[in-house]
Amino acid sequence: MQFSFTDEQQEFRSVLRRFLDEKSPPTVVRRLMETESGWDRAAWHDLNQQLGLTAVHIPEEYGGQGFGPVELGIVLEEMGRALLCAPYFSSTVLAATAIMHAASPAQKRALLPGIAAGDTIATLAFTEPNGRWDSAGIATTATRDGAAYRLDGTKSFVLDGHTADQIVVLARRPGSSGNDGLSFFTVAGDAPGLSRRALKTMDATRKLALLEFRSVEAELLGEEGAGAEPFARTMQLAAVGLANEMVGGAEKLRESALDYANLRVQFGRSIASFQSMKHKQADMLVDVELAKSAAYAAASAAAENDPELPALASLAKACAAETYMQTAIHTIQIHGGIGFTWDNDTHLWFKRAKSSEVFLGDPTYHRELMMQAWNV
Amino acid sequence: MSEQTEASVRAEVRAWLEANWSPEYGLVEWRNKLIDSGWGVPSWPKQWFGRELPMALERVVEEEMQRVGAVSVAKTGIRRLAAATLLVHGTDAQKERFLRRSLTGEDTWCQLFSEPGSGSDLAGATTRAEFKGNRWVINGQKVWTTSAHHADWGLLLARTDWDLPKHQGLTYFVLNMHQPGVQVHPLRQMNGHASFNQVFFTDAEVPPENMVNEIGRGWAVATTTLMHERRGADGIGRWGQSSDRKGRIYDEERAENATVMEPYKWYPQRAGRVDLIVQRAKETGRNTDPVVRQEIAKLLTLSKTAEWTALRARAAQMQGRPQGPEGSLGKLISSHVARAAARVHTLISGADAMLTGEDAPMNGLIAEILVSVPAGSIAGGTDEIQRNIISERVLGMPKEPRTDNDRPFRDVPKNLVA
Repeated sequence: MQFSFTDEQQEFRSVLRRFLDEKSPPTVVRRLMETESGWDRAAWHDLNQQLGLTAVHIPEEYGGQGFGPVELGIVLEEMGRALLCAPYFSSTVLAATAIMHAASPAQKRALLPGIAAGDTIATLAFTEPNGRWDSAGIATTATRDGAAYRLDGTKSFVLDGHTADQIVVLARRPGSSGNDGLSFFTVAGDAPGLSRRALKTMDATRKLALLEFRSVEAELLGEEGAGAEPFARTMQLAAVGLANEMVGGAEKLRESALDYANLRVQFGRSIASFQSMKHKQADMLVDVELAKSAAYAAASAAAENDPELPALASLAKACAAETYMQTAIHTIQIHGGIGFTWDNDTHLWFKRAKSSEVFLGDPTYHRELMMQAWNV
Repeated sequence: MSEQTEASVRAEVRAWLEANWSPEYGLVEWRNKLIDSGWGVPSWPKQWFGRELPMALERVVEEEMQRVGAVSVAKTGIRRLAAATLLVHGTDAQKERFLRRSLTGEDTWCQLFSEPGSGSDLAGATTRAEFKGNRWVINGQKVWTTSAHHADWGLLLARTDWDLPKHQGLTYFVLNMHQPGVQVHPLRQMNGHASFNQVFFTDAEVPPENMVNEIGRGWAVATTTLMHERRGADGIGRWGQSSDRKGRIYDEERAENATVMEPYKWYPQRAGRVDLIVQRAKETGRNTDPVVRQEIAKLLTLSKTAEWTALRARAAQMQGRPQGPEGSLGKLISSHVARAAARVHTLISGADAMLTGEDAPMNGLIAEILVSVPAGSIAGGTDEIQRNIISERVLGMPKEPRTDNDRPFRDVPKNLVA
């Protein structure tokens, strides 16, 4: 396992940080989060034209840059830090990864270059209104109809589901259950029979949608009934990615709390000189550094196809989620009254911490997955 | 300027070991040979037994020594601290007298810093050193002194001036432990072991040539010792591991370790023994309880991330990058791990956690964990002091206003017990 970044990776991170500081300041985040789509197509093109971020972990033969999970982790950490409003997690992390694992080579050639270029916005629809993150929660059916399939069911909590051009859907053979009979499909965002509705999300920087499929014609990705393994692998990489995104946000919060403590004067002295503040800041640093270690170790495990990946992905997801939320709570506390106002930016990260804590499964769920992976 | 690379150092030390190493040497005989070669303390100055290798290359030498099973110079415990401190602050005469015999292990040491009245506030020491006639006369009491009962020499921090502010009135001495004015009593801990001592001085004597650095410079010297102590705090598991190989020198090394390591035999339990958790959960069947599973998972997460954070710090150090925050957190994190482990061991053991000795799980080992863990967050800098250090040195936060730095030490409020 790799415990440090190369000089190139460090440089990549600092370029990215400067870029995102400029493109995604809180004023821009606040403007975009008020829109229904939650992102801006012109700014999105800008982002991809200049840095090619959507292509980062997609293989070169499919129009990508051919980097791996470590570089993807760096991108996500920086995006989490900047609270970037863009359909990156949905398209590059969830949809592209599912396609990479599930689709045939010909389908990858057809689907991935558009996502890699940022021209196609895709997403992955797997969770349903029951809110389960595992395959047992999938009730949407795919019925064979000649060469194509017809999808029936409801998907919920679909990231950018109301704006995506292309939707990768996880569905099952009628009558199957658990890991059996699962397959991935693709559907155009405007396919007949598909109705989409944006959900009102507490975290306005992360848009979710409800998708209803009524006999929607869909293309099968890869082999019918072989979706369980690609789904598991997609979820593992997504958990690693989200963990990295979360530690970026947590570190940003920690720094903003420190900046504020250094500015604020009460009882005739900087509040940063009170041990109650100093000890809290020290604890926050410990939490964030431990979570970074988890996120980096999991990304490294994913890059090396380490057999420990299933356990480490869940470990990192659970650890980063708890740290992000705890750091957000401390940051509001350190800000005092101002931290509870809408005008102060802390709540933007607080809400992202809350949605990330639950998205892809909460810490309790992931700790149980980790224990199972370790045969405890 | 030498152009030393990892490969050149590796080749050189390997060749030297091939030509010189044999397990049939006596321990002191071999260490003298090693010291003469410069491979014993390769990062030290050439004038004092070293080769001026960068710290990062010292690891290469260690690896090559371990590869052939060569015994190193005496590094265990306080001897390393004494040697490192005297190397920086000692006179040439002190270096001549003490360095070699510390590295061979012939001289053993203890650290006479903490006092009943000054723990975290080490600079508040009240043990007095007064110059009378031709010698320093020492009176007072030290505590938490590991190995004092078999040490030849003590590193003593004592007050020589009560009219100066606290840090300026301290002086550092090397004190001969074998004299009538020094009395050593073991201190029994809540876990039943007695790893530390109380040391009483009644007109103990130090000749003037055993003062280290100058009068009033004691705090600076002590800081050097403490810095080396903190750096080595996570190394207790590594040093003192005896080889099970055959040969005269290994027998002697094992005997040395048996004495030196005796006070530390409960230290693995102090760290929480996370390594036993899964086995214990399976044996007791507690691994089927979903609540216990969650608690075990949290503990394993903490323990793993602690390990990775230390590895990140080490990797950055190897690459010659400036130390990031991850390097300063280890002591505090290890307290968290230990406390969490004690809690989960209790959860797994259930009612058996009330027992000790042969009636308790693992012949009392689990009980020893439960009553040893509280030491970790106190010894070597309490968690609270660690948080102060992290917030001030890593995060750059201001110090709390102080009332003890700007006045004669005799006017500073002190503990009534001392």
